[in-house]
Amino acid sequence: MEKADVGRKILGANETCALKNKQFLARHGKRCFNMISSPGSGKTSLLVRTITDIGQSLRIGVIEGDLQTDIDAERIRATRAPAIQINTEGACHLSAKQVSQALEGLPIENLDLVIIENVGNLVCPSAFELGEDGKIVVLSVAEGDDKPVKYPGIFAKSKVLLVNKIDLLKGGMVDFDLDRVFADARRLNRDIEIFPVSAKTGEGMQKWYDWLTSQARSH
Amino acid sequence: MHEATVAQSLIEVILQEARKRNARPVRAKMSCGELNRINDDVLSFAFEAVAQGTPCEGMTLRIEHKPLQGRCKPCGRVFAVDVSNPHCPGCRSEEFELLPDAPLVLDEIEFERADDGEG
Repeated sequence: MEKADVGRKILGANETCALKNKQFLARHGKRCFNMISSPGSGKTSLLVRTITDIGQSLRIGVIEGDLQTDIDAERIRATRAPAIQINTEGACHLSAKQVSQALEGLPIENLDLVIIENVGNLVCPSAFELGEDGKIVVLSVAEGDDKPVKYPGIFAKSKVLLVNKIDLLKGGMVDFDLDRVFADARRLNRDIEIFPVSAKTGEGMQKWYDWLTSQARSH
Repeated sequence: MHEATVAQSLIEVILQEARKRNARPVRAKMSCGELNRINDDVLSFAFEAVAQGTPCEGMTLRIEHKPLQGRCKPCGRVFAVDVSNPHCPGCRSEEFELLPDAPLVLDEIEFERADDGEG
């Protein structure tokens, strides 16, 4: 019997590919964000609203990840923004290799920014680097205010938290303590930017647009 | 179920190491940080399934969980962070910097040489 110290990263192959994606994006001077949330938090609606409102001044290309269908890419394309759909056929997260193929399909020179909409899942996608400059976690108020404590990984790793569907807070449609989410998320991640928004009514969206624009222009 | 991808990658790395040494892998030890959210039962099950039909079939896998650590801002102490109630156990402060979570690492493999057990 022989024991060997190996010390190799298990997801090293994915990380190597993510680094290549990062270098590709840097070479073209583009920022890229990886959007992660549970299914149904409104990621696609947020992107559609964002592109509709500021797509003229900030050209956004989208990579959509879903188990199946190209419903989301079609919704993005309806805004006339370019979108590439990846179907993971059962896998609960995107991999860097899938993103590298999708990046080849985007008209990168004509874009200011690439946003990857990951498969709806608060756990698995956070373990796989795709080559992004940062992660954006979306939490809708209907999911409950305990999510930062229950799923700390994604809140600890994200640059931005978008708290979506805040229109539902009016009239007590859902019980959701926004202050608790701010406190719990910041306890894990002091630098996280938090924007309460409604993709439906547009409330709070301007601050998110300002942040996104400043990121794209800071290259 | 990101454990399925982790198991697949783990087997690939073990097979590469086994080929380098021309030896049969018998046991492996890996480690992971808390934010990787690895479930031991799920990963072991996926590992067993992916190993079938490869030289990794029948291997045992040991998984070590490394705690998430924080560095207290006021007193500098490094401590294991309890995410449901994070504070410094020394000075009770909630002002701390979260240190990078341990990555998924294959730490060691035990190999059986072709001539093992024959003398």
